[in-house]
Amino acid sequence: MSVLVYTENWDGKFKKLSFELVSYATGIAKMLDTKVTAVSIGKVDENELIRLGTYGANKIINVISDKLTIFDSQAYTSILSEIASKENASVIVISNNNEGKAIAPRLSVRLKAGVGSGVSKLPLSLNPFTVYKRTYSGNAFAHVVIKSDIKILTLAQNSFDLIESPANATIDTINPAVDTSLLKTTIKDTQKQSGKILLTDADIVVSGGRGMKSPDNWAPLVELASLLGAATACSRPVSDEGWRPHEEHTGQTGKIIAPNLYIAVGISGATQHLAGISSSKYIVAINSDKDAPIFEAAQYGIVGDALKVLPKLVEAVKEIRK
Amino acid sequence: MKILVCISNVPDTTTKIKFAVGNASIDTTGIQWVINPWDELSLTRALELKDDASSGIKSVTVIHVGPAAAEPTIRKALAIGADDAIRVNALSSDAWFVAAQIAEVIKKEQFDVIMCGIESSDYNGSVVGGMISEFLAVPSVSAVSGIKFENGQPLITREIDGGKEVVSVPVPFVAIVQKGIAKEPRIAAMRGIMMARSKPVKVIEPLQVEPLTQIVEFEKPAPRAACKFIDAENPAQLLNLLQNEAKVI
Repeated sequence: MSVLVYTENWDGKFKKLSFELVSYATGIAKMLDTKVTAVSIGKVDENELIRLGTYGANKIINVISDKLTIFDSQAYTSILSEIASKENASVIVISNNNEGKAIAPRLSVRLKAGVGSGVSKLPLSLNPFTVYKRTYSGNAFAHVVIKSDIKILTLAQNSFDLIESPANATIDTINPAVDTSLLKTTIKDTQKQSGKILLTDADIVVSGGRGMKSPDNWAPLVELASLLGAATACSRPVSDEGWRPHEEHTGQTGKIIAPNLYIAVGISGATQHLAGISSSKYIVAINSDKDAPIFEAAQYGIVGDALKVLPKLVEAVKEIRK
Repeated sequence: MKILVCISNVPDTTTKIKFAVGNASIDTTGIQWVINPWDELSLTRALELKDDASSGIKSVTVIHVGPAAAEPTIRKALAIGADDAIRVNALSSDAWFVAAQIAEVIKKEQFDVIMCGIESSDYNGSVVGGMISEFLAVPSVSAVSGIKFENGQPLITREIDGGKEVVSVPVPFVAIVQKGIAKEPRIAAMRGIMMARSKPVKVIEPLQVEPLTQIVEFEKPAPRAACKFIDAENPAQLLNLLQNEAKVI
């Protein structure tokens, strides 16, 4: 028996979520009194691989294949399901992000394993196997019993703290045969920015709403984000108006994020917006309307015109960073 | 080519969620039911493709797994413009059950493009589309924010870390759709509403499938502490709190 983790990398490094996933899997392995096997697909160097051991991985399966350079959910699922069977995995932990959402359901059908999606805590009980997950876009949480022998859990991002638990990890590098008939995805065009902080992976997010008044006013917000090492985001009206790219839209129908700190600038906080950000650990709201619903979700608030407060905030950050 | 759009029937997204006695289900009293927002966007894009003769899309069918009570939501999809509908007559007990039912229908009826919203706004599961594609052993593309056809070949835009890419897969395939696929959901016109009444809704009895998961209890999110207000003239105090109290910067 083992707990299997599917890790993800970006530009040759593990995403932070990979360490969260391993920490989480280690927590489950302790409950089950078993070991953690982490799987990495793609080019990651050995120093980086071994970091998974810091968070409790006992074994690291490093999958190298020139056939797996394009993300194809069928091919990836096929490799993972073989590894899961070989490792006799009883619980499989995957991120609840785009890639995880593509793989987890396919793996579920392959292994006839029930999926607990978007879990944010260790299982509430082992018998019956009960997990805790967000539902109704954050307006309710559910206790869900998974009845199958194998369980797949997709972990909500940034919901589980990194916990160091050093293990002497072994690294197993494999180059498995890939069933090329499964590789049906061809890439026609890619637009990708390296070096940019990923919105879904960011610890801090600075987000602007209609209170920014015009697409020309974004410079201080972007500067604040850059000073804090934060990603930038926006509310739906802003992306609908084309002031900011729709990739930045956070909210119910946009990205659902859970950073440590979410700074909402000129965002009133409609239910649909809160649905995308309510799992943030801390929310700061800057808004001219003291009755705006965003202040009910926020721990810290400043009542004031976003365009007047932002430059002062930028200066204050520069002051403490001196 | 034929498109199938999978539709979930969910409480309006502004609903205040209350639980029924025992906390194992929600209290449905007074709830306004709507088409799941992402499914509505999928349907809109499907209809745009059908309107464009060069796409090769000839028909748009919607499918829903649910009891007869969901009929108004299905009629709404027909009023927006779907040609016909299929309802699998069963309570949608879990994602596995729903995906198995839809996959079974597709095996019999043959569709070229199957569109699913990335998640339903009630269960937030994000797995039905992927399960359908694996049940059928066909390709799927996730995080889809655009679909078009050129010379019969699908060109699908998907979101990736730090950007997006355009990919192609052979039909049939499952597109798991997110924001961006259509600008605004299409709204039913009076003519559409009249026509929807006579459009066919095929009711199918479900396969026997044992669900793999079950919700046993709901709880409310923990209440947040009251907001601390900081003077707009003194943003340094905010930074002090973020550094020393919250310890997040």
